[in-house]
Amino acid sequence: MTLIPENLKYSKTHEWVRVENDVAVIGITDHAQSELGDVVYLSLPEVGRILKYDEPFGEVESVKAVSELYSPLSGEVIEVNTTIIDSTEVVNEDPYGRGWLIKVRMSDPSELDKLMDADAYAKHCEGS
Amino acid sequence: MNQTLCRTPLYEAHLKQGARLIPFAGWEMPLSYKSILEEAKSVRSHAGIFDISHMGRLRIAGKGTVSILQLLTTNDIEALSVGKAHYSLLTNPQGGIKDDIIIYRTGENEFLVVVNASNTSKVIAWIESFLPQTEEELHIENITPYTAMVALQGPKAQAVLEAVLGTPDLIGLERFSHRTITFKEDETSAELLCCRTGYTGEDGFELIFSQEYAPLVWNVLLNAGATPCGLGARDTLRIEAGYPLYGHEIDESISPVEAGLMWAVKLDKGNFIGRDVILEAKRLGPKRRLMGLLMHGRALPRQGYTIYHENREVGVVTSGTFSPLREASIAMGFLNTEVARPYTKVEIEIRGQRHEATVVPKKELLQKPHAEEKS
Repeated sequence: MTLIPENLKYSKTHEWVRVENDVAVIGITDHAQSELGDVVYLSLPEVGRILKYDEPFGEVESVKAVSELYSPLSGEVIEVNTTIIDSTEVVNEDPYGRGWLIKVRMSDPSELDKLMDADAYAKHCEGS
Repeated sequence: MNQTLCRTPLYEAHLKQGARLIPFAGWEMPLSYKSILEEAKSVRSHAGIFDISHMGRLRIAGKGTVSILQLLTTNDIEALSVGKAHYSLLTNPQGGIKDDIIIYRTGENEFLVVVNASNTSKVIAWIESFLPQTEEELHIENITPYTAMVALQGPKAQAVLEAVLGTPDLIGLERFSHRTITFKEDETSAELLCCRTGYTGEDGFELIFSQEYAPLVWNVLLNAGATPCGLGARDTLRIEAGYPLYGHEIDESISPVEAGLMWAVKLDKGNFIGRDVILEAKRLGPKRRLMGLLMHGRALPRQGYTIYHENREVGVVTSGTFSPLREASIAMGFLNTEVARPYTKVEIEIRGQRHEATVVPKKELLQKPHAEEKS
């Protein structure tokens, strides 16, 4: 069984969002990392890039597959977790903690309503 | 879909260990148990076991065997003594590779041929097509369905196997030599054909035995400290070792000259299928060569990706993986001869972006990185 913390919001493309005031911390879920297996490569955006809701913003690649990352919210990238670029295994080890990917200053917090809560995401995973 | 897939005698054992199963060459095989990279690392540092029962195993016997194997394969079967095995190729009349195989000589006129799972039926049909013109006695038996095959690989492979056997019996077993060993567990005693071979670049053994003993052999090796490893680790390890895989580095359209496999082709042994074409290809020199590629970063090149040199298309990737040994991605690929020189800098296009790589001899993929390569 994969871990789905109650306090996070989830996208159907398996990104999680943790809201800290007007900033959204974004990563991939435990389910996503488990499906991918060993993450070996991350392609992440530059600080300052403006992302739109559901726009591809990078790639996460494992030995067996590559998966596009989709922005669960619109806003400006204000921080990128560059510490994991050369130690991508952190995404597998701690996807909701040290394995976060980017922080986005939300331009439209109402988009949070489009995301799933933990229960809905758990059902979404079962169905996929 | 699963109903059409074959299962090895270790299927239940894999499920019990939580393996992720995938279809591979018509078989339902473990991709990994926990982590492809951790499994690969355990083979480099200790010992791992792989269920390779999907590989085709053919027993060929009779007075006509030596002459037919001499005709169909590239290595010199006459030079192979009983108790030894060798790597060889089955070639087609155009000089392309039908399959790469290991041949064990188990008796004067008895051989065991191990072929790729994806090619088992093709190879059987190919050999059988020569039977009508063979006057001497010859039998082919596909023993795959009632045997199992397990690879034990890693620097501690010998120690693990000797602990299991309770004797320091294997010290004298040379690489590519085989002998029968006996596993005892409670009331059961299993006879195994043990050959010092592998597909990982490490020391190790490949064991072939009656399928009923498969769970026993697997559990005994696990309990002796070997890590279960899936096809993901096997692929990563064989790419690090620069070993070809049918459908990637070799196929019916690729010559052993291009694939760098002429060491397994004995042109002076007499005639064999495709010999004239291969001889001519060797004389002319290949237009492309299979080389190793060291990526300067982590981006992972995969089969079919294009290789560029000074903005010109010069080759194609055949296999790629992330190397836990180098902590960077590595690949093999065919390169036009003029750029197939060690330490040439090339670029590989990965989903629209060019990534730098250095061409290296395949055997250097396995070496720990040198300082100058890191620059």
